[in-house]
Amino acid sequence: MKRFYGLLAAVAVVAAVLIWKGSQGGPSDVAATGGAPVAMTAADSAFQGYALGSDSAPVEIVEYVDMQCPHCGEFAVVQFPTIREQLINTGRVRWRVRDFPLNFPWSRTAALAAQCAGEQGRFWEMADAMFQAQSDWGRSTRNPAGRFRDMARRVGLDGGRFDACLDSQRYAGRLEASKAEGVALGVGGTPTFFVNGRLKTDNDISSDRFQRIVDSAIAAGQRR
Amino acid sequence: MRHRQAIALLALVGFFVSLYLWLYKIGAIGELKCGAGGSCEFVQSSRYAWLFGQPVALYGVGGYLALFVVALVGLQPRFLATPAPTRWLAALAAVGFGFTVYLTYLELFVIHAVCRWCVVSAIIMTLIMAIAGAAVLKRAQGAQSSRS
Repeated sequence: MKRFYGLLAAVAVVAAVLIWKGSQGGPSDVAATGGAPVAMTAADSAFQGYALGSDSAPVEIVEYVDMQCPHCGEFAVVQFPTIREQLINTGRVRWRVRDFPLNFPWSRTAALAAQCAGEQGRFWEMADAMFQAQSDWGRSTRNPAGRFRDMARRVGLDGGRFDACLDSQRYAGRLEASKAEGVALGVGGTPTFFVNGRLKTDNDISSDRFQRIVDSAIAAGQRR
Repeated sequence: MRHRQAIALLALVGFFVSLYLWLYKIGAIGELKCGAGGSCEFVQSSRYAWLFGQPVALYGVGGYLALFVVALVGLQPRFLATPAPTRWLAALAAVGFGFTVYLTYLELFVIHAVCRWCVVSAIIMTLIMAIAGAAVLKRAQGAQSSRS
């Protein structure tokens, strides 16, 4: 019996050491940051994400997104075009996107690429191109930065400026600030939505569901 | 006695697997060691990784801990001959196995990604179920033959 308890103790010690060692590794997407700690400036914290739709729309929906998260990709490709057409373009909703990079292999590289496109006024075009091709680059073990550079040129960005931006990682602090804000708000995964500041808690992310949510928010006279 | 030892050992391993996933989920561990491709991240970042406001892994931590404690109690000399710990282990294992089947279904048919740590946990829980079920059957057969 002593041997059995010794075995249990050995298993516990080995497992605890393995977990402790695993916790020392840091984020997997060090490709984007070189593993160095990311400094956040006041400007990083002040940035509120890219928005689509009228400033005077009665409903604001904030989406916390990871560019490599397959659920986010599916939502962007399947549901978002309808939401954009029926809710955003009609002036009922203002849609704002905040970064919440998880630890997919290329989460941060992808988020930085989208931010660099945003710097040239083409965040949404770039995000759309990245989500459309996510099943290719997102499942690859190769760094997709080269593919993002090609996409940037295809969506009409100044290639040189985009490359310099991506290489500089100048928006790394912005990503971390956005993620810290999400964590403080209780975001635990992606995509997560806030409708007029209220966390959307159900799992239905269909365009029909958003239509109903917006209808009821407007009917209830909720203002953002 | 052997089956209680086996369940205690398996439950301890399962406890640490769940603990690892839970620590990741609450942000205490930056990276899941799960190989390339991000399927663990995929599963863990999905909305199904939460249940009643808590990370699913936390239920695993609680479940395996309960199995471990009951198995250890059942190994104490005063409980060795009593059937109650074996029945408790079988009942807990049945709940855990049912939960495992549900989570595996989600991975295969809803999320369409398989997290290897979840597979490890599923194998452990299946083994515990098999051992606990066999122990209950053996005891029932033993009781029947001693009556006849």
